[in-house]
Amino acid sequence: MNAVFAAAAPAAENNPVLNISIFGAFVAVTLFIVIRASRNNKSAADFYAGGRSFSGPQNGFAIAGDYLSAASFLGIVGAIAVNGYDGFLYSIGFLVAWLVALLLVAELMRNTGKFTMADVLSFRLKQRPVRMAAAISTLTVCFFYLLAQMAGAGGLVSLLLGVSDKVGTAAVVTVVGVLMVGYVLIGGMKGTTWVQIVKAFLLIGGAILMALWVLVIHGFDFNTLLGAAVQASPDGEATLAPGLQYKNPIDFLSLGLALVLGTAGLPHVLMRFYTVPTAKEARRSVVWAIWLIGLFYLLTLVLGYGAGALVGEETILAAPGGVNSAAPLLAQALGGAVLMGIISAVAFATILAVVAGLTITAAASFSHDIYNGVIKRGTATEGQERKVANVTILVIGALAIIGGIAVLGQNVAFLVALAFAIAASANLPTILYSLFWRGFTTRGAVWSMYGGLAAAIILIALSPVFWGTPTSVFGETGVAIWPLSNPGIVSIPVGFLLGWLGSITTPKGAEDPRLAAEMEVRSLTGHGAEKAVHH
Amino acid sequence: MTETPTGAPAKGRIDYIAVEDSPRFRELKRAHRGFVFPLAAFFLIWYFVYVLLAGWAPGFMAQKVFGDVNVGLLIGLGQFVTTFAITMAYVSFANKRLDPQSSAIREDLEKQEAGA
Repeated sequence: MNAVFAAAAPAAENNPVLNISIFGAFVAVTLFIVIRASRNNKSAADFYAGGRSFSGPQNGFAIAGDYLSAASFLGIVGAIAVNGYDGFLYSIGFLVAWLVALLLVAELMRNTGKFTMADVLSFRLKQRPVRMAAAISTLTVCFFYLLAQMAGAGGLVSLLLGVSDKVGTAAVVTVVGVLMVGYVLIGGMKGTTWVQIVKAFLLIGGAILMALWVLVIHGFDFNTLLGAAVQASPDGEATLAPGLQYKNPIDFLSLGLALVLGTAGLPHVLMRFYTVPTAKEARRSVVWAIWLIGLFYLLTLVLGYGAGALVGEETILAAPGGVNSAAPLLAQALGGAVLMGIISAVAFATILAVVAGLTITAAASFSHDIYNGVIKRGTATEGQERKVANVTILVIGALAIIGGIAVLGQNVAFLVALAFAIAASANLPTILYSLFWRGFTTRGAVWSMYGGLAAAIILIALSPVFWGTPTSVFGETGVAIWPLSNPGIVSIPVGFLLGWLGSITTPKGAEDPRLAAEMEVRSLTGHGAEKAVHH
Repeated sequence: MTETPTGAPAKGRIDYIAVEDSPRFRELKRAHRGFVFPLAAFFLIWYFVYVLLAGWAPGFMAQKVFGDVNVGLLIGLGQFVTTFAITMAYVSFANKRLDPQSSAIREDLEKQEAGA
């Protein structure tokens, strides 16, 4: 199969040596920054939360860097280029979701937590069961998100470096894994944050450059661009309307639900709120993130239709990497091998930065919540916690490399959608209930988190993602018992319902009203919130 | 943090239930929820109207408005506009209305905790 793709691909203009050198330069620069940033890493707050010393705008860039993953950049541009309007729906869901974070979650979380999502959820409930459930769902979301990024890295490589054999791609996945472990171990959250900031600049800068270029070619007239995309598309005018990708509107509604409610439950996004000194800075950082992410998604509309018009659907689908190669191929069509090398390096940087953010989140969750909170009952020293975190980072690195190699060449979009659906089903109900509903109890939290997690995973395992279609994990074998490829429309209500049911069946007086009052006062006033570390 | 002078009473334990019941805190909570809940309801409904239209009324979304720009594209871009507008509205409300109230309560609590 790879041989067919390789023969059909316009590999002649691609220059692997150039791509590798540009990527190498990015790695060298960011490693230098990471090593410099790590010199002040002493306490746990330094390691997990970057000393809480980042400004709002800095953190806004880092959030954008953390959030705009390869799925956003390569995936959405490709989806718009091939499926037209339906790809745009991803952009809208991913952006509108930030309002949930801004209005309901970010500042209140910053005021009541320390390092992880579980800090907030267990504030007024029983520590150990809630921490355990929150940590398990955090680790699950991170793991699926990681797999998607690693698989994306592997797919990108076959296109960019001209490596299409299994051994070569596996080697590159290993390099990505080792680099990410290096960044996180050396730099902690501070180093990771700087990598994300640099990456956000490069990614948004690259997108602006390409979008301007596309618009110049079409005389700065958006209508001309749309016309050109319609002309080039085998679907004609249908490319401008919904319905090309999603034939079943219920499936589409389910995806829309997971997208808009998933973001505010993503643990690596929540953790970024702790890297700023105050809730006000958390607010500023979300506002910066919304502007940057919104700008970027507007650009993907131009880039997507631009790729459709200038590269063409057949060429994109025939290239190694398929849909995901639309953005690099557009760069090649615009600026030749050099621009393609730059955009490819940016895409690599994107994957690296997201993977680093996920790794530190998972490590914090394991060492802070499971090891210290549950096993040691809060008695572990910072040094012990750090040691466990370091080991966790190595284990996660190894798992991500092995998992990434295992899922190579598989449909990766489902992994990201799965991560969003799990976050929306298992995390968001408990987050909202703990912040806004006094009657919420430990039983409600535990039922909601495990129930939402199980519902999402079981439905995915029974869905067309695994069974019965040519793009399924098991190919055309079997029949999907559950017809929708995204579980959100069922699993999210299940999460909310179980949280409510568990709470109302809890006997009165099971929770401490003083803790609940303290949490509410602190969440709104910021009293007693973790301060910035000064060196 | 201020040093506790010798001889002063031990660090004051804050009675959070009393703080929560105080009129000032209730007003802050009312102002916060009274602003964010309706806005959240609005943007979620508007978003799902959009999703439902795209799913069940693709013909309507495909209607051209000018040139190749159709209804779907305009409503989609409208989601961007409302997201930016809500963001700005919330920030200005939080800066003007919420922050002064919350910092007044916080400063009092800090004084109380320092045992002053």
